[in-house]
Amino acid sequence: MGPLFTQGIISTEVNHILAFFIGIGFGFLLEAAGFTNTRKLAGVFYGYDMTVLKVFFTAALTAAAGLLILHTLGAIDLHMTYYPKTYWLPTLVGGLLMALGFLTGGFCPGTSFCAATTGKIDAMVFVGGIFLGIFGYAFTYEPIFEKFRNSYGLGRVNVADWIGIPQGLFILLMVIIAIVSFLVADKVQKKINAKQSKEDLHDLGLDE
Amino acid sequence: MDKGRKYMNPYLAGFLLGLLVIIAYYFSGEGLGASGAYKRIVIGTVDLVAHNYAKNAHYFAKVVNGEHSPFNAWLVFELLGMMVGAIISAVIYNRMHLEIGKSPKITNKTRLWFALLGGILWGIGSQLGRGCTSGLVMSGMAVNALSGYIGLVAVFGGGYLFAYLFRKLWT
Repeated sequence: MGPLFTQGIISTEVNHILAFFIGIGFGFLLEAAGFTNTRKLAGVFYGYDMTVLKVFFTAALTAAAGLLILHTLGAIDLHMTYYPKTYWLPTLVGGLLMALGFLTGGFCPGTSFCAATTGKIDAMVFVGGIFLGIFGYAFTYEPIFEKFRNSYGLGRVNVADWIGIPQGLFILLMVIIAIVSFLVADKVQKKINAKQSKEDLHDLGLDE
Repeated sequence: MDKGRKYMNPYLAGFLLGLLVIIAYYFSGEGLGASGAYKRIVIGTVDLVAHNYAKNAHYFAKVVNGEHSPFNAWLVFELLGMMVGAIISAVIYNRMHLEIGKSPKITNKTRLWFALLGGILWGIGSQLGRGCTSGLVMSGMAVNALSGYIGLVAVFGGGYLFAYLFRKLWT
């Protein structure tokens, strides 16, 4: 039964080798999906390229549904895995900073790393910015951030429990919301791109 | 044929990414992440240069005083793998070039300054928010964690909220 490493079934060395191979898959898929192309990423906020929405929702909900099924079958115990605690206000404020970072920088940490690796100069600068930001945060952590970061803590909160519905029903509702959003996204993208130039569409990989 | 801009079907890419998250949880009990690996690299670097500072400063202490080197972490090995995976895909699809990605309507200089600013905002935001798009939102949503959904609303909702202000950079 999983998680294997947490229960000592595989060693730290094997676990780290697996991390490397899982990383290969992760990097490959981000690149293959087009996430090293900064305009494709930013497009989700302007409607001209909704790829991010499709990839992201599909990934998160495939994982959620799969893990719930495995947990229910007793194949994995989700009480033993990474399960982030909720600090709602710091995460909300941090998330808004990240949103502004997305709109100005056109990447996130994972996508910029893949883009920088494959030769995108803007992504290399972006990655440099991430390190600058973390260094700045780290050196001013105690006077500025520490108290706030550890405030508004709710512990390990499950979103379905928090709403008061079963886990499976919550995921089903999210899948329905996702499918509707994909249909709307396709309509919006089609409408906006009717006015885009051929070169633009080619650059986004959206031409037929 | 110009293969440079042919991308994988988004639903297939998302499905495979979801399977990868399941594999990471099943074998390692970990979610996929990126900003956590950057954090480890920063902590490890400061520890190398100034160990006495790092072992007492609150941001660094917990990792520095741990059992293993700050670099010897699951997320760091995953990040190294990402490098290899991205290169494999870029070579297969003929996208391995030095270039600046941007809207044709802005200059390279503008693009690079805003890229730097965006990176800084992500650096701070991911530390305050406890993770980025992968570790906080995707891996959080994978286990129905409330924090993942707060991250989703903040990062993507915030993106739509402020998008108008930055439209000249992209459209």
